[in-house]
Amino acid sequence: MTSFRLDGRPVPFVPGQTLGAALVAAGRTSWRTTRNEGRPRGIFCGIGVCFDCLLTVDGVPDQRACQVLATEDLEVGTQEGERRAP
Amino acid sequence: MRPETLRDGTVDVAVVGAGPAGLAAAAVALLGGLTVALVDAGQELGGQFWRRPPEGSAVDPGDDLHHDLATYRSLAGTVRSAARDGRCRLLPGHHVWTAVAPPATAPGERPQGPLPLHLLDRSSGPGRERTLRLDARHVVLATGAYDRPLPFPGWDLPGVYTAGGLQALLKGGGVRAGSRVVVGGTGPFLLPVATGLAARGASVVVCEANDPRRWACGAGAALGLPGKLVEGAGYAAALVRHRVPVLLRHAVTAAHGTDRVEAVTISRLDASGGIVPGSDRRVEADAVGTGWGFVPQLDLAVTLGADLVASWDGNRVVRVDEWQRTSVPGLSAAGEVCGVGGAQLAVREGQLAAEGVLRDLGRPSVTGERGLARVRGAVARHRRFAAAMAHAHPVPEGWTAWVDDATTVCRCEEVCAGQVRRAVADGAVGVRQVKQLTRAGMGWCQGRMCAPAVAGLAGPGEGEVAERLVATPVPLGALARGNGSPPHTLSRPAPEEKV
Ligand SMILES: Cc1cc2nc3c(=O)[nH]c(=O)nc-3n(C[C@H](O)[C@H](O)[C@H](O)COP(=O)(O)OP(=O)(O)OC[C@H]3O[C@@H](n4cnc5c(N)ncnc54)[C@H](O)[C@@H]3O)c2cc1C
Ligand code: FES
Repeated sequence: MTSFRLDGRPVPFVPGQTLGAALVAAGRTSWRTTRNEGRPRGIFCGIGVCFDCLLTVDGVPDQRACQVLATEDLEVGTQEGERRAP
Repeated sequence: MRPETLRDGTVDVAVVGAGPAGLAAAAVALLGGLTVALVDAGQELGGQFWRRPPEGSAVDPGDDLHHDLATYRSLAGTVRSAARDGRCRLLPGHHVWTAVAPPATAPGERPQGPLPLHLLDRSSGPGRERTLRLDARHVVLATGAYDRPLPFPGWDLPGVYTAGGLQALLKGGGVRAGSRVVVGGTGPFLLPVATGLAARGASVVVCEANDPRRWACGAGAALGLPGKLVEGAGYAAALVRHRVPVLLRHAVTAAHGTDRVEAVTISRLDASGGIVPGSDRRVEADAVGTGWGFVPQLDLAVTLGADLVASWDGNRVVRVDEWQRTSVPGLSAAGEVCGVGGAQLAVREGQLAAEGVLRDLGRPSVTGERGLARVRGAVARHRRFAAAMAHAHPVPEGWTAWVDDATTVCRCEEVCAGQVRRAVADGAVGVRQVKQLTRAGMGWCQGRMCAPAVAGLAGPGEGEVAERLVATPVPLGALARGNGSPPHTLSRPAPEEKV
């Protein structure tokens, strides 16, 4: 089974799925907290417009889980808060 | 969709968006002998309607969830084979983040020289983005639309998605987001979402805020679109087969849970959309879809200065003529940026847009005179049908009463309804003034998710189409990798590598 890692733990995926799709398939609905109130967030719009689904990918923060294709051995991390919108 | 090796030079037509409209525009332009660049922020051809997992991937392609795949295959086939011949540049994973129309020499006149589009290439993955410039003699904007969500208490809980988000997970990732799903809002789009999830084994309930029965029955036949009736009958049969209840004049008025959604409140609505007292009931759910129609993705059209007009559903859309030409010379638009009317309308508008470009260049038509007359007839019927559907599925006036002061309205900046209401009480009018006072709409999504709600709470205000000079956040490193320093102003872009 192919997998990437979220905070070091393996998450299985089917090649062709985004990180977000794989996480939802694995029963995970949130992987970020909001900047002010610390509320949990995951996928909302699914198509790259809402920016709810941010996480870090190989150390780069604020990546949209619904847009990044999962690949073997990707190091993905949950996020606390996010930068202010650029 | 793999990027082709690119050569330098100006293309005849750049098509932004590879959904039904953009695919059709690209295919017809190619059949007419033009060179084309087809750009899409996503990885695949097909846009929202024909969203599919990557070619050759192990994800269930979900052919049974789709309509009219034959058209998709024919259009995509034309585009892919032209890409192999070097006449079409496929640019998946490229977001057009801005565009600058060159000044016209005289009003209404075609500007000298090509129209430059500025692309953010995300195809190499996070941290490796770069910017590029693409020069085109003509541009067709086919950037589509996104869901219009409205807030309710708990709508920001994980497990609550837009209706389109549920569909994107299912069609693109083969993922059923829940096993007990409630889909609520209004419009015919709720039905394919519900039947798709039900076909994958979920138990689904649909809450339709309106009662469109009388309308919907007559509309398809009366407007001469038997295909729409068949599609509608197909959903009706699937709803019965999968035992999906459709509750008319009902809405999801709250979502419950701590870290994720666990249940929703479903309420009966009166004629103006108010909650019928005592009608609330709690239903367990592990996924919720919410959708109140769609909002056209107008950023580039607005940045380029194209005139807008009010559409049948109250949206502002790009104003186009009978060849889908906008008010900006050299710029056409097709599909849901010109009005939300479904994929079949989008395909035909894309076709007309490309035909218009061929005509402007003095090239013979691909579709032929008879064919064009048929296309125009179909466009007119689909627009009438879309208008009838919009009329039957308004956002109920009373929705703001479901939203208590503590409900988050702006998900990005975490602004609640109470703050918006206080700003309005303090004299703010419209989305822009509320934004200045509360920061609602200033976050990452640039108001795409909250603007309809803020407009509902604050009143429409004037000229309320958000101007977004940047259609997607551009990492500074990407500008640097694009060769040279970041642009200081939008009218003087940095030297960028050319596509
Ligand atoms: C999430 C979602 C799911 C939907 N699913 C269905 C469905 O299953 N069935 C149905 O009948 N209708 C569906 N719709 C309705 C749909 O909008 C239309 O039926 C149809 O897809 C519209 O075609 P289009 O070509 O106008 O735009 P779209 O199909 O939306 O295509 C627009 C394309 O433009 C790209 N784009 C936008 N801006 C840029 C930019 N700046 N740079 C580069 N690329 C850009 C997008 O990535 C997208 O691929 C859905 C809508 C949404 C939002
Ligand atoms: S879910 Fe909206 S951007 Fe990813």
